[in-house]
Amino acid sequence: MDKSEIQDFIAKRVAKELSDGAVVNLGIGLPTRVANFIPDGMAVHFQSENGFVGLGPAPDEENIDKDIVNAGGQPVTIMAGGCFFDSATSFGIIRGGHVDLTVLGALQVDEKGNIANYLIPRKLVPGMGGAMDLLSGAKKVIVAMEHTVKGAHKILKECNLPLTAVSAVNLIITEMGVMEVTKDGLLLKEINGEYTIEEVQEATGAKLIISENLQVM
Amino acid sequence: MEKLISIDKAVSKIQDGATIMFGGFMANGSAEKLIDVLVAKNIKNLTIICNDSGLIDKGVGKLIVNKQCTKLIASHIGLNKETGRQMTEGELDVSLVPQGTLVEQIRSGGYGLGGVLTRTGIGTLIEEGKQKVEVDGVTYLLEKPLRADFAIIFGSVVDKYGNIAYHGSTNNFNNVMAAAADITIVEAEKLVEIGELLPNHVVTPGVFVNYIVN
Repeated sequence: MDKSEIQDFIAKRVAKELSDGAVVNLGIGLPTRVANFIPDGMAVHFQSENGFVGLGPAPDEENIDKDIVNAGGQPVTIMAGGCFFDSATSFGIIRGGHVDLTVLGALQVDEKGNIANYLIPRKLVPGMGGAMDLLSGAKKVIVAMEHTVKGAHKILKECNLPLTAVSAVNLIITEMGVMEVTKDGLLLKEINGEYTIEEVQEATGAKLIISENLQVM
Repeated sequence: MEKLISIDKAVSKIQDGATIMFGGFMANGSAEKLIDVLVAKNIKNLTIICNDSGLIDKGVGKLIVNKQCTKLIASHIGLNKETGRQMTEGELDVSLVPQGTLVEQIRSGGYGLGGVLTRTGIGTLIEEGKQKVEVDGVTYLLEKPLRADFAIIFGSVVDKYGNIAYHGSTNNFNNVMAAAADITIVEAEKLVEIGELLPNHVVTPGVFVNYIVN
C-alpha cells in the first residue's frame, strides 16, 4: 500500500466505529478521510470547531461560499439540518460532552492513553488549537495514524513529548491493527492479516496484550 | 449617538501599544479593511488576541508580517510561518492557549465573571503556574478573564445601532469578543438601516458595539 492507500485503509476501519446520529469531530489530515467511508444509510453529524454542526463535503469551484470554511480554513458546505454558532457554543459542545466521538492524529500515544500531538519543543510549535478541549471533553477518543514514523515507534510505554492530554485515548487504529487502551495496557483486538503478531509487537514501543478473541481487520 | 464612522477615524483611536482582540478564524470572519488601515498607519507594539495568527496575506497575519505586534495570545499559529519565525527569533512573545479556554477567558472578560474552571489542560504544560480548584471531587484549572482596549470584529449584516448577524462560519470569536473590550469596532460587510435586521436574527446585540465602519 502507498501512503494514501494506508490512510484510506485506516480511515475505513475508523468508520466502523461510527454510529447513527453520532456527533463527530474529525481532526485535520488522515482523520478527515473518515468522512468518505460513512456506512450507507447512516446519518453522522460532523462538528467543525470553528462554529457549526453539519459539516459537509468540499464544494466544486462554482459553488464555493467564501463564508463557509472548516477549521483548516478550507471551503466546505453545511448539510440540511446543520447550524452555525460562535466559538463559545462550539467549545461548550466539545467540553460539555456533547461530541460522541473525536478522531485525531498523534505524534505519540502511550499505554495509559496519554497523547502528545501538538508540540515538539524548538521544532514544531503550531499550537494546540482545539485539541486539548476535544481530548478533555469528547465521550470517545480514537487515535488514527500510521503505526510508526520512519520506522520509529509512536505507540509507547510512556510519551516523552509534551502531552496534549492525560489518559484520554480509548482506541488506537493503525494500518497494523486496532488497540484498545485498558487499565492493564494496550489490548490488540484486531490485526491486519498482512502482519504477524510479532511484527506488530516489534513496531510498538509498549508491550501488547493479545486478545483471546483476536480478529482480522 | 452616531456609531457609524469612517475607517480612518476608527483606526485613529488606536495608539501604539494597544491591546486588541481580533475576531476571525484562519481569517474567515476577519475585519480585513480595518486591518489594512492598521497596517497602512503602521501602529506598533500591539498586543493582539485572536484565535490564530491568520495567513501571511490575510487577517491578523498582515499585522504580524509587518512587524507591528510584540505579543500574541492565540490557540494556533501553524498557518502563518512568519509568526513561528518571529517567535523563534525572540521578536514576538507568543502565548498559546487551548481554543476553548481562550474563548471562555474572553467571555469571562466581557460578561463580568472572575474566570472559568476547566478540565482542559490538566496534566499538561498549560497548568504551569495556574491555580487548581477542586469542585465536588473534580480538579479544574482556574483560567482568568481576558479583556482588551479594543475589539475589532466583523459582521455580515450590521444595522446602524451595531446589531450584528453573521453568515456562514464567520461568527467564530466575533460575538464573544464584542463584549470584552473597552471599545468595540465592527466592520460591516453589509450595512442596513435600523429595523431592517429582524430582532430575532440578531446574534450580537448592538449594546456591545461602540463604532461601525463599512
